[in-house]
Amino acid sequence: MEPAVRLTGITKKFGSAKANRNVSLSIMQGTIHAIVGENGAGKSTLAKLIYGMYRPDCGTMEINGKTVAFASSRDAIAAGIGMVHQHFMLVPTLTVAENVILGLEKKRLFSPLALKNSGDIIRELSRQYDFTVDPDALVSALSVGEEQRVEIIKVLYRDAGILILDEPTAVLTPQETDTLFAVLRSLCRAGKTILIITHKLDEVLAVADTVSVMKQGEITGTHPCRTTTKEELARMMVGRSILLRVENPVPSPGKTMLSVENLGYRADDGRYKLQKLNFSIRAGEIFGIAGVEGNGQSELLSLLWGVSRKSGAVSGKIMIDGTDITGKNPAEIAALGVSLVPEDRLKHAVITAYSVTENMLFGRHRETLFHNRSGFNRKTVNDFARKLGETYDVRCRDLDNQPLASLSGGNQQKVVVARELERPGLKLLILAQPTRGVDIGAIEMIHRSIIGARDKGAAILLISSELDELIALSTRIGCIYKGSIRRIFTETELSEGREKEHSFEQEIGLNIT
Amino acid sequence: MTFRSFRFFIPVLAVTAAGLCSVVIIALTGRDPFMIYEKLFRATLLSGYGSGQVLFKTTTLIFTGLAVALPFRAKLFNIGGEGQLQLGALAAAITGTLLPLSFPPAAAVPITAIAAMAAGGIWGGASGILKVKFGVNEVISTIMLNFIAQAATGYLLTCRFAVPSTEHTPEIGNSSMLPGLDDLFGIFTGSPANITILLALASALYAAWYLFRSRAGYELRAVGLQPEAADYAGIRSGRHVITVMSIAGALAGVAALNLVSGYKHYYESGLTGGFGFSGIAVALLAGAHPLWIVPAALFFGLIEYGGLAVGAYVPRDIFMIIQALTILIVIVLNAQKR
Repeated sequence: MEPAVRLTGITKKFGSAKANRNVSLSIMQGTIHAIVGENGAGKSTLAKLIYGMYRPDCGTMEINGKTVAFASSRDAIAAGIGMVHQHFMLVPTLTVAENVILGLEKKRLFSPLALKNSGDIIRELSRQYDFTVDPDALVSALSVGEEQRVEIIKVLYRDAGILILDEPTAVLTPQETDTLFAVLRSLCRAGKTILIITHKLDEVLAVADTVSVMKQGEITGTHPCRTTTKEELARMMVGRSILLRVENPVPSPGKTMLSVENLGYRADDGRYKLQKLNFSIRAGEIFGIAGVEGNGQSELLSLLWGVSRKSGAVSGKIMIDGTDITGKNPAEIAALGVSLVPEDRLKHAVITAYSVTENMLFGRHRETLFHNRSGFNRKTVNDFARKLGETYDVRCRDLDNQPLASLSGGNQQKVVVARELERPGLKLLILAQPTRGVDIGAIEMIHRSIIGARDKGAAILLISSELDELIALSTRIGCIYKGSIRRIFTETELSEGREKEHSFEQEIGLNIT
Repeated sequence: MTFRSFRFFIPVLAVTAAGLCSVVIIALTGRDPFMIYEKLFRATLLSGYGSGQVLFKTTTLIFTGLAVALPFRAKLFNIGGEGQLQLGALAAAITGTLLPLSFPPAAAVPITAIAAMAAGGIWGGASGILKVKFGVNEVISTIMLNFIAQAATGYLLTCRFAVPSTEHTPEIGNSSMLPGLDDLFGIFTGSPANITILLALASALYAAWYLFRSRAGYELRAVGLQPEAADYAGIRSGRHVITVMSIAGALAGVAALNLVSGYKHYYESGLTGGFGFSGIAVALLAGAHPLWIVPAALFFGLIEYGGLAVGAYVPRDIFMIIQALTILIVIVLNAQKR
């Protein structure tokens, strides 16, 4: 077996920061090689270097024994390298076959396309590697997992021998993940070389042959997956021992803080996004909602937070600590003691051009404590930000002057979590994807703060696409499917489920698809 | 909570580049550019009267510049400064003539100012309401409201308030007049510069405080930067849109004090002479920063009056080209930065 990709002493600088430092790596032909690391460790940069999107500052790269220097990804494709990006690059209004040949038409304007021919090749490829893709289906009608398969087909259609997948499971359900892994294994058997970039350690151990850990731009170790453990990988990534699962002491629920009764939401096109949705959360418990994205979670969140939906019809009611919040706006809901960590942090939770301090205040700027006539009391505000920054370990140079945009994703999220968890008189905490795009070290801290808020008596709603996060934190888990809660796992079921995690995840998976 | 949201480099570069272009253009007309510039500076900065003229124009431009800059922070483009100013000026002139002569200046001047601000503010606020309630783009509505203001002031002037067989309203009462800097301090002799400049500087300071120090400004800028995030933070963006458009209209309107109470003492057609539109250029050059509005207004005031002063040698249009070039270069450089 010889290496399909061999990197020697690769360094890539952006300005003065070295994204990759003296990286040497051999990826054997016909294997699945995973690269793990925290956000900002340089994984994506390395992938983009191999795919020709960046050029290394120094070092050499060999593909199948030949030294190469790619000027663009076009060269990399010609050398048999293909990449499946984290965000799919498909045109929804075209069919699968049309998407696959996009960019390869090699036709003069107005001459007919060889669609039938390429359709046959796609069928042949999917038969060969044992997965189903209908070349005539419209991409807009496909599920996320199917879209990903189209991306893989696109790469195979271009005769790639080396496939790079960037965070391939980020958007998949447990079942879809299993399907993807089966596809990857069959590709591997056929002699393809696969490089996976990820931060999910369980999945690495489940599918990869070899794993390399990156930290601060360097490869800190390469191990065969058979002889390594999750804990060892995590320690190599972060540089210290970390708890992969926070302690979750027995909850002691109090009175009902949130009750959602027969909630329905019909969009303007007549489709129900939420239907007969019922659940309630008591003080001191964490209610997790598991579900595939697009099953009504966003609609539920915006109704809970009173964010104006310009269209559609709402029925049913939402009670927060005995108050009906129908028709209330976010400011009024927040004043009841409700905090929200929204799904899309950059779009909804922060003003990226504002300083860290100003963001610590954002949404809480109406609290009179911070006021000084019609302006702010700068000293109070700055002290408050400093205290939050220390408690939540927000890493930045200058809280008061540094724009939030310059912080890493994990630190940005810590700012949001700090602000929302420290709301005075917190009764209900709504968390949507609280650790998305956050590195392992920060995840641990955020998880501990969430448990801390629960123990102080807040009712917590946790919406997450990470099943292990839900299982680790929740007191109960509701499975949302097509706008209703299909099944609620009780406290007892959860504590049993934590013992046999994989089968429990599968069981949850069955209730959300 | 910082004042540092301004890049010094771009406006300076733009002004320099536009200046160099003008040298070429003047040379193309067959004149010696250095002679023209020497005359220009002699007629403006080196003469008391000329400096006063520049200051007079600067005063109006500070107000109309602020009227564009403030809404700009909420991602609103107020093209309506001209209409707001016209209505303000007419309102000030009418109020000044209607007030009994026995009124003390301490009462008459504020009343005139309030009338001007109310007229401009309602006009600005109207496009705010159109935007919030009906979703009308403020660029469209302010342009349309400009036409209406133009026509309405024209009608009111000729058919209602003009002194018969003239094109202007009667002169305002003595008590509503503002003293010139000439009368007060004996400087800028014979020029229309008057104490409204102090109000203009105060307005710029107040606008800076409002934007960068007040809670309303904190919310307003959030609405401009990320409207959805502002929504999630419970900020009533509609209220801010209407408020800031009203404030903008009031600022443009109150420039009437400079034109009517401080200088002409009556309203005539053409009195506002495009100051509302030049305000857009001022705001863009200043990067919509209230304090930088002052030097930007001074620059445009200099070019506008300087262009008039050397009009005997080169067409004034050349200086309009410089103004336009400056703004284009600012916009291009800002786009490059991203």
